[in-house]
Amino acid sequence: MLVCLIGAAAAAPRLAPYAPDQIDLSARRSAPSAAHWFGTDELGRDVLARVLFGARVSLAVGLLSAVVAGAIGVAVGGVAGYAGGMADAALMRTTDGVLSIPRLPLLMIAAVVLQPSVPLLILLIGGAGWMETARVVRAEFGALRGLGFVESARAAGAGHLRVLARHLLPNAAQAVAVSLTLAVARGILIESALSFFGVGVRPPQASWGNMLYQAQASLSTEPWLAVAPGMFILLTTVAVNLAGDQLARRT
Amino acid sequence: MARFLVRRLAHAVPLLLIVSALVFLLIHAAPGGPLAIYLSNPNVRPADIERLRHALGLDRPLWDQYWSWLAAFMKGDWGYSFSDGRPVADRILERVPATIELVSTSLVCALALTIPVGVWSAVRRGRWFDRLTTMTSMVGLSLPGFWFGLLLQMIFALALGWLPSSGRATPGVGGAVDHLQHLVMPTAVLALVLASSWSRYLRGSMIETVGQPFVVAAEARGLPAMRVVLRHALRNALGPLVAIITVDAALLVSGAVVTESVFAWPGIGSLFTEALARRDYSVLMALLMLSSAAVILFNVAADAMHAVIDPRVTG
Repeated sequence: MLVCLIGAAAAAPRLAPYAPDQIDLSARRSAPSAAHWFGTDELGRDVLARVLFGARVSLAVGLLSAVVAGAIGVAVGGVAGYAGGMADAALMRTTDGVLSIPRLPLLMIAAVVLQPSVPLLILLIGGAGWMETARVVRAEFGALRGLGFVESARAAGAGHLRVLARHLLPNAAQAVAVSLTLAVARGILIESALSFFGVGVRPPQASWGNMLYQAQASLSTEPWLAVAPGMFILLTTVAVNLAGDQLARRT
Repeated sequence: MARFLVRRLAHAVPLLLIVSALVFLLIHAAPGGPLAIYLSNPNVRPADIERLRHALGLDRPLWDQYWSWLAAFMKGDWGYSFSDGRPVADRILERVPATIELVSTSLVCALALTIPVGVWSAVRRGRWFDRLTTMTSMVGLSLPGFWFGLLLQMIFALALGWLPSSGRATPGVGGAVDHLQHLVMPTAVLALVLASSWSRYLRGSMIETVGQPFVVAAEARGLPAMRVVLRHALRNALGPLVAIITVDAALLVSGAVVTESVFAWPGIGSLFTEALARRDYSVLMALLMLSSAAVILFNVAADAMHAVIDPRVTG
């Protein structure tokens, strides 16, 4: 399912029956039909085309923000778990602290001030989402550190960085992968929420969240505008979370 | 115990200071600063902006501004709303009752869902009820809360006409029934989000507890199954659940912001999105500080509860 979604997003220009911002004033606000499967919006733009192109933005934000979050999380959690002691205490206290700041409101304020482009949005969402990964990595590294192979690698002359990257990280790869899938789902949800409140991806570029933002205004007359984008968000996040569950169960 | 709590609170203070300094910097260092919304308005003359900038003290050095904001904030003077000129504290206080009402009913409903679902799916692990609820909570976790809210509005308010689509009361109608009808959908959204997350954790910790020696021993002594599950297993599984609720306190804040905004529930969450739309930074700043402080207090309170439920925690 996930592969289908990503494939559909990648092939959006071929699959989409219309251009995403092609305005057709003769077919404004039309209900779903054979010509427009998901209907059209107040400018006569095809909802299916916009959902497909929106998928590119939403998936890109979800995946790349998880990469950013993962990089920070692995760095913070890795150092904390490997070093232990004071560094561990300081880093984990910080992580707990950042976790207790309400993420969505903070990101909303940042987004309204900075008016972010999509790349900046990715950095913001990733920068606010590393804490869970840091905790997981710290726990894994802390447990692995006591095992013999770290000590023997050190004795063989490997530097700290090499031990972290070549010996510890591969052994924690599965746990990291699970926490990354969760970060992807969270990134997609946060992007859609930010866009839904008008501070995320800016129109006319379509994202699932800002399509819902536009749909909210005409819920009573054109309910179909609200169905497709939400369905796609739900399908994507369920697929990502299920994938994460599958990964976790393999341990 | 008291020392444990004081230590937890003491850790929170520097954190709040850092958050406030960061957000303050973010707002003031951005192009245009807090007055950005006036800069883009052609009807506001540059001279007026200069006057306003001076009146609000925005021409002073940043650290000086931050310091006076912080000093005033600590004294309970939270400044004035940029959008209507009223004191920020008044605007927030008038919204508190609605939020408390929504959040407390949602917490109660979420717990009422979580405990039976979590316990039963752990006891009958792998059966249809477990599979059904595990799948449902997965969907609940993946569901964008605002979209679920829109769907409920479309179905129950617009299509069926059973429930009012938004607000807290119908003007001119009032009364308890009307009030409850307004409460149903926002509570459903918020409670579902919370229960989806909680029931997964409770199921997990119940499964762990059921296998432990003291539960097996209780079963072996021939105690009734119900009693073993509730008195022995559940009591011990509640500790981890409470710990998770602390982590989820921030989720509750985000959930309240989203839910209140979708249903125009006149609480603090919708005040936040209204302030966001108007770039009302004094209100935003105060709300972020208060919600962070609330989450931290909630965490500490939950730690205390955890310690009461499970004495092994205090250390």
